[in-house]
Amino acid sequence: MRSSWLIALLVLIAAIVPVASFSGYHLFQLTMVVVYAIAILGLAILTGINGQISLGHGAFYAIGAYTTAILMASWDVPYWVTLPISAVVCAGVGFLVGLPALRLGGLYLALTTFALAVAIPQVLKHKAFETWTGGVQGLVIDKPEAPFDLPLTSDQWLYLFALFVGVIMYILAVNLTQGRIGRAMRAVRDHAVAAEAMGINLAMLKTRTFAVSALYTGVAGSLGAIAVAFVAPDSFSVFLSITFFVGLVAGGAASIGGTIVGAIFIEFVPNLADKVSKAAPGAVYGVILIGMMFLMPKGAGGFLADLWKKLVQGGAR
Amino acid sequence: MEGFIHQVISGIATGGIYASVALALVMIYQATHHVNFAQGEMATFSTYITLTLINIGLPYWVAFLAAVAISFVIGVAIERLLMRPVANAPVLTSVGVFVGLLLIVNSLTGWMFDYTIKQFPSPFSDKPMLGGFLSGHELGSTGVTLAVLISVYLFFKHTRLGLAMRAAAFNPVSSRLVGVRVGWMLALGWGLAAAIGSVAGCMVAPIVFLDPNMMSGILLYAFAGALLGGIDSPLGAVLGGFMVGVIENLGGAYVVGTELKLTLALIIIISVLTLKPSGLMGRKVYSRV
Repeated sequence: MRSSWLIALLVLIAAIVPVASFSGYHLFQLTMVVVYAIAILGLAILTGINGQISLGHGAFYAIGAYTTAILMASWDVPYWVTLPISAVVCAGVGFLVGLPALRLGGLYLALTTFALAVAIPQVLKHKAFETWTGGVQGLVIDKPEAPFDLPLTSDQWLYLFALFVGVIMYILAVNLTQGRIGRAMRAVRDHAVAAEAMGINLAMLKTRTFAVSALYTGVAGSLGAIAVAFVAPDSFSVFLSITFFVGLVAGGAASIGGTIVGAIFIEFVPNLADKVSKAAPGAVYGVILIGMMFLMPKGAGGFLADLWKKLVQGGAR
Repeated sequence: MEGFIHQVISGIATGGIYASVALALVMIYQATHHVNFAQGEMATFSTYITLTLINIGLPYWVAFLAAVAISFVIGVAIERLLMRPVANAPVLTSVGVFVGLLLIVNSLTGWMFDYTIKQFPSPFSDKPMLGGFLSGHELGSTGVTLAVLISVYLFFKHTRLGLAMRAAAFNPVSSRLVGVRVGWMLALGWGLAAAIGSVAGCMVAPIVFLDPNMMSGILLYAFAGALLGGIDSPLGAVLGGFMVGVIENLGGAYVVGTELKLTLALIIIISVLTLKPSGLMGRKVYSRV
């Protein structure tokens, strides 16, 4: 237990180092890693811990991003105030989407969320909402500057801000999943009948988990919108949802630390693969997905955790 | 009134395409309890094969049949190589493999045939028929889909092989005991599903034009159709597919407009799942929770 906090601290220190030494674009990439990590964390709580599969979390990411963008563009709300608002909005939407989820077994939920992901760009483009969403063109928002005259560029400040939000979200997630509610979530995943017999309200727990998961991904969407300073319907296609799913599987569905591995993976691998050909990122994702399913069913996170366990036990002997 | 009838009839024409993709989904679902997320991409790939064969000079119907045969082989191969090992794995694994397959087939299509939008020929004349209600292609493609659906029905009801396939899906253990080669029956089911998908792809391509993402919307309507009819009932899936085609056309024309047609599919899916999860003709499944 203590060793995992130590690792978390080391990761955090390693994450702060680049602020001084990295250039603007690389800092932006790291900011996106933090953003994706939070988004995948939301998916991990839902899929890994609670056993519900979502192929549509790009939709919640989009809703979070648009909430922030609309608040900032139409009402001049400060960027950091939009985060809690979009958290509440996404949790609400997640709760509503989660309601039918009660009735759905794993596969049907995957299907419904997949449909949600396919449909969301159309809804965002629709002319009924055009005054707020900017239609096909999307919205441009201002990049925040460092407050209190801190000697930081806007990229550096944004990265630290994202990191700060990320650390809070991770601490909350660890607390949530290791406590009573986390145990209940796992119990529902592993044996629903037994969990219900133990007095867990299955329907409520599943819906609330969905809401929490949507909240995480929505906050990530808000941060992402602030970092990119632009939202448009076509950046939230079904491919984004699939990307999150790939990140989740690559990192290991039930592993909180694995979400960071997954986020690094989905930020950097497509960039590398894109240099080979336009078709390569999809193919790489596909091969990795199938490969992970066959070779490392617990994902990179689970794999590393097992390895770590072996090392620690080997040292103790 | 005339416009209304026109919308209904052309809804039935597109509904036939949804019905065949829905049937392909249901065939795989019945046998394995998996939903093939890659069904649409596989159909698109088959359509490109047809186009390639036409371009090298084969007559349309020869190319069409050859592509159907090739798709069948590809379907069997995918089942043998990829799906067999994960047959009894948890849902997350199978969804992961299917999504992986979707991505691979999609980028393979883009890489082999490039991403530009292509025109796809129709074997039917484009003159209006039935008193101007239908184009020749719509009428022809409805005919082809119906022929496919009827022959699939006859195959399952009246041949030994069809009976064996149904048995393998219904009760694998007992079927194996009476000598049915269950593994091969599943592979055959995959092959048939891929072949049906390729027919649907060739029929829809002249209308929507051919590009690597051609079928992603159609897959969604097929899902909606399969769920509406009942995902474990082939007949229901076919009816559901036709109904979704009509609902989509009428909704697009009179209610939501063309920009929200995909959202309509989402609404159908959610309302079926919340109001009547077993669909119109599916069996009710009771679980203990």
